Amino acid sequence: MADNKFDYYLDGKTGKWEVIIGLEVHAQVTSRAKLFSGSSTKFGSDPNTQVSLVDAAMPGMLPVINKFCIEQAVKTGLGLKAKINTFSKFDRKNYFYADLPQGYQISQFKFPIVGEGEIVLDMPYGTKVVGIERLHLEQDAGKSLHDQDPENSFVDLNRSGIALMEIVGKPDLRSPEEVGQYVKKLRSIMRYLNTCDGNMDEGSLRADVNVSVRKQGSQQLGTRCEIKNVNSIKFMQQAIEYEAKRQIDIIEDGGTINQETRLYDTKKNETRSMRSKEDAHDYRYFPDPDLLPLVLDSEFIENIKKTLPELPDEKKLRLMNDFGLSSYDASIIISEKDISEYYEDVAKNSDYKLAANWMIVELFGILNKEGKGIKDSPVSAVNLSKLINLIKNGTISGKIAKTVFEQMVQKNENPEVIIEKSGLKQQSDPKELEIIIDNIIKNNQDKVIEYKSGKIKLFSFFVGQAMKETAGKGNPQLINNILTKKLK
Amino acid sequence: MLIYLNFSSSLMSINKETVKKISKLSRIASNEEFENSMIKDLNSILKFVEQLNELNTSNTEPLSSVVDQKLYQRDDVEKKINEKKDILQNSPIKNENYFVVPKIIE
Amino acid sequence: MGEITKLTLVNLVSKIKSKEISALDACSDYVSRIVKSKKLNTFVTETLEQAISSAKKIDDNNLKEGILSGAPIAVKDLFCTINVETTASSKILKGFVPTYESTVTSKLWERGAVLLGKLNCDEFAMGSSNETSAFGNVINPYKVNDENIVPGGSSGGCSAAVAADLTVATVGTDTGGSIRQPAAFTGIVGLKPTYGRCSRWGIVAFASSLDQAGPMTKNVSDCALMLDAISGFDEKDSTSANTKKEEFLKNLNRNIKGLKIGIPKEYIVDDMPKEIQDLWDKGISWMKESGAIIKYISLPHTKYALPTYYIIAPAEASSNLARYDGVRYGFRASGKDLNEMYENTRSLGFGNEVKRRIMIGTYVLSSGYYDAYYLKAQQVRRLIKNDFDLVFKDVDAILTPTAPSSAFKIGEKKDDPISMYLNDVFTVPINLAGLPAISIPAGFDQSGLPLGLQIIGKPFDEQTVLNSAYALEEKIGFKSQVKDWWM
Repeated sequence: MADNKFDYYLDGKTGKWEVIIGLEVHAQVTSRAKLFSGSSTKFGSDPNTQVSLVDAAMPGMLPVINKFCIEQAVKTGLGLKAKINTFSKFDRKNYFYADLPQGYQISQFKFPIVGEGEIVLDMPYGTKVVGIERLHLEQDAGKSLHDQDPENSFVDLNRSGIALMEIVGKPDLRSPEEVGQYVKKLRSIMRYLNTCDGNMDEGSLRADVNVSVRKQGSQQLGTRCEIKNVNSIKFMQQAIEYEAKRQIDIIEDGGTINQETRLYDTKKNETRSMRSKEDAHDYRYFPDPDLLPLVLDSEFIENIKKTLPELPDEKKLRLMNDFGLSSYDASIIISEKDISEYYEDVAKNSDYKLAANWMIVELFGILNKEGKGIKDSPVSAVNLSKLINLIKNGTISGKIAKTVFEQMVQKNENPEVIIEKSGLKQQSDPKELEIIIDNIIKNNQDKVIEYKSGKIKLFSFFVGQAMKETAGKGNPQLINNILTKKLK
Repeated sequence: MLIYLNFSSSLMSINKETVKKISKLSRIASNEEFENSMIKDLNSILKFVEQLNELNTSNTEPLSSVVDQKLYQRDDVEKKINEKKDILQNSPIKNENYFVVPKIIE
Repeated sequence: MGEITKLTLVNLVSKIKSKEISALDACSDYVSRIVKSKKLNTFVTETLEQAISSAKKIDDNNLKEGILSGAPIAVKDLFCTINVETTASSKILKGFVPTYESTVTSKLWERGAVLLGKLNCDEFAMGSSNETSAFGNVINPYKVNDENIVPGGSSGGCSAAVAADLTVATVGTDTGGSIRQPAAFTGIVGLKPTYGRCSRWGIVAFASSLDQAGPMTKNVSDCALMLDAISGFDEKDSTSANTKKEEFLKNLNRNIKGLKIGIPKEYIVDDMPKEIQDLWDKGISWMKESGAIIKYISLPHTKYALPTYYIIAPAEASSNLARYDGVRYGFRASGKDLNEMYENTRSLGFGNEVKRRIMIGTYVLSSGYYDAYYLKAQQVRRLIKNDFDLVFKDVDAILTPTAPSSAFKIGEKKDDPISMYLNDVFTVPINLAGLPAISIPAGFDQSGLPLGLQIIGKPFDEQTVLNSAYALEEKIGFKSQVKDWWM
């Protein structure tokens, strides 16, 4: 199968090109208050209503770190199987911008809180391990609004000072597809951990995308460009494709790539050089003299380790080994925390395999069609587990179950009630079925003789007759058994 | 015995280009007069501080804080201390909701 | 009337508590002196009416509990004061009215003190003569041959105001000597506490790893009382020291028998005036007379302290002052785009010395120079601290002159930054090592200008510093020679 081999190479005039991608993901830490101030982190409040004196960089204001944000960063680091650094430091990254009130961002430069880790991707061509370089804590900036006034920009500092984790990945990604999987997996891990809600449309997860190209087979890295602050997977993928092609064109025309910061214009689907970042490369990092080094003891780290939930990779293995799910089914179930939680709710009271089948085939079919997420599922986990139990204990057939499911989608009703009301319950009383079957045999003696003389294909005729008599509700297994016995 | 003003020749010296670059990084408007006075002052200060090169510090840990204690960590508690008007109060140019700055082109 | 302003803080507060003097009378006396003392240019902002009504409230409600009850106090204009303009003596903060009160000053008011106003200083505390203030230089109450003399800096408004009896005591800040050097230049007591002893929250920052607030007073007892009032852990300042609360005034005593006092040979500077050397020698014999043991010690990296300081302090300042961009408070110039607005605002809003230090600080942190300058300075800072750590195994305190000269004429050193910087040669090493140190008035030079001696202590051992100073103070018997010539 062509699908099973990696083949993302771009065609240029001079041959095939490989695209090298590395991501710096900025993930908002889930916390009540900001990293260095007590202001709320709530999304969508009125402008400048969640701004403390510290966030507005009033003279003489000092940062005091939020303990929970440290725990969240450590937790995320553990989730990425990364090294937790017991000694880390906060540095100031100095640059001027309207939404950066202090004139510097407090970040971690030389000594990040988390070191090297990894993320495993399930690609059609097998698993791929992508390296994590580091994770560090830093402050978010405020927001400048450029489209409200022809002459001026407006500044809202609500976001100023919110804790971010910058997760720097190694340049191990090779296609927009891998980038998509990488971001989804990272988001999923953080959602399992409750360390970042991953809501990209609220800006909780954004990435700077580093792109370079090289001729297929070459081992040398090309000059990269950094596309700043892309806030959806689709845009990341489009930006990469555009940027890679742009770079290939330049090189093939004899030009060279300037290492620069670029902006992705989502409307025009193109990247362009950012004027505002012209001299931003000299950040003059130095240790923030308002803070002391962050020293973590091993007990603190161990305690966090103890609270770690089961993460997607482990859960997948468990579903495969303990419940016999296929690798494909298991990876779909674990792909999102919400899906896996829904699944666990369904499966714990019913059947693991049936639960997976019904979710992946029927439920996701409906959700996709209606453009809904699992959180908005029209069918609750409780009701789906009931439906599965009805199939399992023979109350309804699989076929009837689909009819019942359709009704459940309409108004999330208890399948037991639906069956009761519409009389869809399977006829499973052997005595009743025997009477019906006796009648069929009596009325079709010619067919019985034919059958007994060797025309065994006629068996399905009798089954059909029985189903007809029971209006489709006869238990097929029972009917089979009785017919086999009677026609002997 | 201290000989403060008797320092040796400079390793690096600041020229006009550097002053321009630094003033841009510092966001301080520059002109001929400013540049000339800065070239003079900064070079004399740099010469002065380059006395430090007399010392071999290759095995010395840098010291960024004299405080010898654990970093104080606060609890994750929301505090509503400031109203919007307090935050905007001192701004020279603002509107009802925002700080206002000259248009930014990205 | 008139005599009240001569009282020390300790005496004034005790008389107010015993109702011998009303808070209102005390305040009124200061107010009337302040009104007649504009020539000294000590105040940037006066809050006299407010002070009078606060004093009345203290009398009316008999609020005599606080250890500073009724004390009229003006503070350096580097402390943010709620609803009172705070400028750091810079044009760039003109019009800035904080909605908050610094930890140190709020402790003053909680303990019963009354705010008289905000005192002039060098712009953003960057200077040693108070000449960099955007609101003009402060004039030293001491005068030589009718010539105006600087009050020292950066807390020059503070030192002049205490010396001229315009405030019963004050709080200044000291980054490289800004409390001690002006104290020495005006014949008053000034203490820079151990780094972390007093909260930096709400103080306009100059160099965060060095800045420390401290008292400036008429005598050592007042200094101990003020330190009692303003010190303590503050969870809003991550560098604030989490030590137990001490009672410096209560434990103040002159018994320094057997105390080992170090005399560092590196503090003998080339062209130091003989009278300063003589004063130092006198200090040594006074210490001996008090029963202290003198030990000659070496602080070998002393000569590198100033160059180290002039890398670290500007580097931190360049970053600390980035927030003054015309957006959220203070002065703003126009500009066709954001960057031009920033550049114009900062160019017109900051004075020359501040710009000089921002430029140097930016340079030493910039890529390619960080290791050669900033990192190097941090390494040397370690060596300087190690020097002190080592000698403090052998001695309990160190005695030195506070400054290598007495106060100089206004304008004398203005055009030569390095010669101005050299004024801080004896005070800067203490900030780099984060130690407590006091300057006490110890005599006069030939032209009648006061001179100070400095006592340096171990970290968080302000008590020994204060006790040594207390003992020395008695031996010296310093009498102010301020003549009220400006009134």
